[in-house]
Amino acid sequence: MIHSLFLINASGDIFLEKHWKSVVSRSVCDYFFEAQERATEPENVPPVIPTPHHYLISVLRHRIYFVAVIQSEVPPLFVIEFLHRVVDTFQDYFGVCTEAAIKDNVVVVYELLEEMLDNGFPLATESNILKELIKPPTILRTMVNTITGSTNVGEQLPTGQLSVVPWRRTGVKYTNNEAYFDVVEEIDAIIDKSGSTITAEIQGVIDACVKLTGMPDLTLSFMNPRLLDDVSFHPCVRFKRWEAERILSFIPPDGNFRLLSYHVSSQNLVAIPVYVKHNITFREGSSQGRFDLTLGPKQTMGKAVESVLVSSQLPRGVLNANLNPSQGAYTFDPVTKLLTWDVGKINPQKLPNLKGTMNLQAGASKPDENPTINIQFKIQQMAISGLKVNRLDMYGEKYKPFKGIKYMTKAGKFQVRTYQHFLMVQTSM
Amino acid sequence: MLEPDPNYFSSFVCSGEIFELKAELNSDKKEKKKEAVKKVIASMTVGKDVSALFPDVVNCMQTDNLELKKLVYLYLMNYAKSQPDMAIMAVNTFVKDCEDPNPLIRALAVRTMGCIRVDKITEYLCEPLRKCLKDEDPYVRKTAAVCVAKLHDINAQLVEDQGFLDTLKDLISDSNPMVVANAVAALSEIAESHPNSNLMDLNPQTINKLLTALNECTEWGQIFILDCLANYTPRDDRESQSICERVTPRLSHANSAVVLSAVKVLMKFMEMLPKDLDYYGTLLKKLAPPLVTLLSAEPELQYVALRNINLIVQRRPEILKHEMKVFFVKYNDPIYVKLEKLDIMIRLASQANIAQVLAELKEYATEVDVDFVRKAVRAIGRCAIKVEQSAERCVSTLLDLIQTKVNYVVQEAIVVIKDIFRKYPNKYESVIATLCENLDSLDEPEARAAMIWIVGEYAERIDNADELLESFLEGFHDESTQVQLQLLTAIVKLFLKKPTETQELVQQVLSLATQDSDNPDLRDRGYIYWRLLSTDPVAAKEVVLAEKPLISEETDLIEPTLLEELICHIGTLASVYHKPPSAFVEGSRGVQHKRLPGSTGLGESLESPDTGSAAGGSDAPPAVIPSQGDLLGDLLNLDLTPPATTGPPPPPTSGMQLGAMDLLGGGLDSLMGAGFGAAPAASPASFSAPVSGGLDDLFDLGGGVGMPMGAYNPPKTVWLPAMKGKGLEISGTFARRAGIIQMEMTLINKAMSVMTDFAIQFNRNSFGIAPAGPLQVLTPLSPNQTIEVALPLNTVGPVMKMDPLNNLQVAVKNNIDVFYFSCQYPISVLFVEDGKMERQVFLATWKDIPNDNESQFQIKDCHLNSDAASSKLQGSNIFTIAKRTVDGQDMLYQSMKLTNSIWVLAELRVQAGNPTYTVSIPLLLVESESSNVFLFQSQATKGKKGTLI
Repeated sequence: MIHSLFLINASGDIFLEKHWKSVVSRSVCDYFFEAQERATEPENVPPVIPTPHHYLISVLRHRIYFVAVIQSEVPPLFVIEFLHRVVDTFQDYFGVCTEAAIKDNVVVVYELLEEMLDNGFPLATESNILKELIKPPTILRTMVNTITGSTNVGEQLPTGQLSVVPWRRTGVKYTNNEAYFDVVEEIDAIIDKSGSTITAEIQGVIDACVKLTGMPDLTLSFMNPRLLDDVSFHPCVRFKRWEAERILSFIPPDGNFRLLSYHVSSQNLVAIPVYVKHNITFREGSSQGRFDLTLGPKQTMGKAVESVLVSSQLPRGVLNANLNPSQGAYTFDPVTKLLTWDVGKINPQKLPNLKGTMNLQAGASKPDENPTINIQFKIQQMAISGLKVNRLDMYGEKYKPFKGIKYMTKAGKFQVRTYQHFLMVQTSM
Repeated sequence: MLEPDPNYFSSFVCSGEIFELKAELNSDKKEKKKEAVKKVIASMTVGKDVSALFPDVVNCMQTDNLELKKLVYLYLMNYAKSQPDMAIMAVNTFVKDCEDPNPLIRALAVRTMGCIRVDKITEYLCEPLRKCLKDEDPYVRKTAAVCVAKLHDINAQLVEDQGFLDTLKDLISDSNPMVVANAVAALSEIAESHPNSNLMDLNPQTINKLLTALNECTEWGQIFILDCLANYTPRDDRESQSICERVTPRLSHANSAVVLSAVKVLMKFMEMLPKDLDYYGTLLKKLAPPLVTLLSAEPELQYVALRNINLIVQRRPEILKHEMKVFFVKYNDPIYVKLEKLDIMIRLASQANIAQVLAELKEYATEVDVDFVRKAVRAIGRCAIKVEQSAERCVSTLLDLIQTKVNYVVQEAIVVIKDIFRKYPNKYESVIATLCENLDSLDEPEARAAMIWIVGEYAERIDNADELLESFLEGFHDESTQVQLQLLTAIVKLFLKKPTETQELVQQVLSLATQDSDNPDLRDRGYIYWRLLSTDPVAAKEVVLAEKPLISEETDLIEPTLLEELICHIGTLASVYHKPPSAFVEGSRGVQHKRLPGSTGLGESLESPDTGSAAGGSDAPPAVIPSQGDLLGDLLNLDLTPPATTGPPPPPTSGMQLGAMDLLGGGLDSLMGAGFGAAPAASPASFSAPVSGGLDDLFDLGGGVGMPMGAYNPPKTVWLPAMKGKGLEISGTFARRAGIIQMEMTLINKAMSVMTDFAIQFNRNSFGIAPAGPLQVLTPLSPNQTIEVALPLNTVGPVMKMDPLNNLQVAVKNNIDVFYFSCQYPISVLFVEDGKMERQVFLATWKDIPNDNESQFQIKDCHLNSDAASSKLQGSNIFTIAKRTVDGQDMLYQSMKLTNSIWVLAELRVQAGNPTYTVSIPLLLVESESSNVFLFQSQATKGKKGTLI
């Protein structure tokens, strides 16, 4: 089970440690620092590091390494999932998960960690239950506590922890009863140099914000449930009902939670909402390269593509770039060689374009690498997979709740590969 | 903020502040006390030593303020160990809190007590713990369950004496699923330190309870329960199926650890399901989506998932065969994810998707990250070797990459092209010219060695091979060992191919290797080549330029038995490191090896009893030659290194002489000796060489009165265990049937894939035994299939003296790899049918033998009379020429003839009523012109006396 936890910031300082069993010396982190030194990028530190007596399992979130120490055979995913839960809880409690926030709330952090794990066994990791045990710090509560002398530790046994619906507390009351669902889809794609799709898949989630009085029992049905063949549910969803009827039936937790995540795989046809025309070339013997990039919408069902941001890692040999955007602004960092272009919204009548020259070191040979173009965008009011909610019904309570569904599509890892025309010698394959 | 938040991190070093805190802790004001404890905790959290405040903090424990109590508990847990005497002060409060009406406080008390790792406290803990384990409130019970594990960690004996383990087992039947889950978790942890304690007594009833609790407990509880279920072995396929059905919903859980634990249970129990079952197919289909989903999670999760998918793909490639694209690499994946994805892409590569895969790999080869680019280039080579149809495209892709002249790409490409040459000889040698152009840019040892190998191997096609190799020779001593060895071999190859022009070069390299080098490997190899070349250039050619076994398609597959064990450990550290848990986890003392259930024979393969041992000394398992993949190397290592390896090379003949002397010393003698030495006690040390089924078997006449007559054939023994044969198990024996020696083998496929293309080869051996035809395995051997093969042998193969004499080294090839093992044939299969000597000749010869050439052996516990023995022996071609009776003793005079025309004469003395036979072998007489048996001639003329009683 999980022995200890160390939090390490970007500059390599251990700023918090927690031990659930006997104390493990900080020096165990030296192995982690070694691995960190070897890694070229912060995110390249391997997640599982063996040491002579322990194993270090780490995640990197918000530029903080959460390093768990284990001594015996423990499923690594169990540890990683738990660390994620710690990060989520901190974020939930303090609004942000930063070194400063953690240091400011160190006692609450310590209380939380003690409550989340007992002797290495997870105890209470549901945010609902934790909030009943340890109240999140708010300005108002700090004030009230100071005046009345009361504490931010709950005196009551968390009600949900032992019931059949451990995710929901009892006695919930609201004056405005409302249930909002956000269908958010991220599209991951690799587009090759000729514009055809190599792989494309959709990661979708339905996040809910449910503020309903009492013990509501909800059902959510879809117009096209067949899209969802690869799904992960919140524990509240009745799996049998889904298997039989393809209807989501559940007693929701109180507040924000992720009802469902799903994956539309590359087997199905995935619509690609943008296209890129690019021409990036370097000529042998010349110290200049040409750069020309145009974006356009594609398969968007008439919805606007917004918040478009293009970034590309240009070859190491590029000294600077002299480009002209038809809209938005671009930056080129000569140190990291990262080109970013904040495009904004794509106007189908006047396609955004970025054009100009790149300067190479004089006399340097042509670069070896092919730059990859990374695109971020958002499309409101549309789920790119075509998923649509049919209806939401509530049983078990008498009042009439306010209901809302919102759709959004975002780019996940959306990458377009380019190639430099001189590089590949065509072969007779 | 309205209230200035106290910054607990302001410097906390001076003792003045400790003093100040002390005062605050002893304040009468509750609020001040609490703030003081908070400050103490804050310093503790960042690793400052505040243990000096122990008594003051413990004094704050007696409070009804829950937060203050919790804070004090936090402090106690941290410092009790360093202040054990002070910690006793806290005991009373704990005991009292365990009786508190509020279950939250009861649970908190029992939880904290368990965390105070002080021996003295544990005895006070027992009573409160016993109560809490039976508490009416499930929250307290589940906390108490974990406390048992804590206590066990501190004092295992105490936990057993107090009977807590039984209480814990009872909790598995608790009505509350959370209690069940925690009891399982606690028991699993305890069981880890007691591998054989059988704590988790799993039976269908408990399994049913676990499955019920599985649906209702928290995600963490589900992981514990699933991991526990994975240890159970269902009674039959129906139970297996019903468990699978109840576990599959877990595949849709949002927690990836739950998903992977469920995958483990399903992968294991699936083994028991018949493949033609509809449900089996359904299950296979259900496994793919959750695995794919894991790959869209955070990179750390992806990494663990990919390591496990790597195992799953090896065991059941069909699950993910259509999902190649999800393993395509995104340029901003962390490097550890990229490398794992690449590995799985190669495993999934097939004829159907190879074009796509190659296009991707080519793309990766132009990325920035050097490690990744190298692995991508290597991957192209592995694809060529794995998918034959793609080899040509792979080679041309590699040539493209060489054209880029990017240094590390070129070097990596040359290394893999060498492997492609070995897999497809005489196909792609046209590219050698291109490779040679890049000779100068190679600066890494592996690439240099590969290039030198290519030049040496194809010396006859490269006009200036001698110049190329000579250019390397200039800096010979600056090269790494790898390159030096390769250069030596390459030049010897060149010499054998073009002897006229390269004599000088070979002498130069031999002297560099033998006289100017300190490296023993290099020196030895140099001497071996030198001696070979000067003794017998023809033999040298046969050895050095021997046909190499083709390299296998997948050299890096995990060996099947380990794979099976790892499949049982999916989701664990073992699965991330691809090593059995016993190999690396500290504290798991003597972990039991888990095996997959079901599939035939898997269980037995470990303990396959060596039934072949009829008498002492013959039950040694067949020695397997370490499969270095290079038969040439093995051949060279065989018996060519007589004791005099140090010093200057001996004159060319001495090797042979030594060999012959060696033979005289113990060779045939040990063979016969071990054969007849039925009583192990009677065997001196020199006979300890295990002879599987020697002559003793022949004389194993024990219960044999009613046995059918005929040659004695020893039962089959395992020659190649599945562990070493990548799933192929070979057991076998030798027999002589109708005058033909046969090697009778049973091949069992214990791997998961079909095996085809079997072939067999023998190394040179003492009697020139060689296959008389190809190995007849016509149909592919599907998993779990067993096949019997009889391979006829002849004795016209090349001869080399082996130790022991009847040792036979065998190489078996199939589509997976080449495997090496050695076995020993009973000498009796070599006795020919016309081994009956003319009576007159026998007598004359017998008389000519000096008496001191006689060897004697005793055979104990033979209850046959002389006639029965005689007719039984005749079945094995041991003929009785004459019989004499002296003083109630029957003397049988016998002759036998070996395939190489060596006669063996023997006298067998049988005394009625005495179960001990005495065998005298006065002489091994040779009547042969065959030149290849000179070794035995010298044996015959000199003989050797050794009387053994």
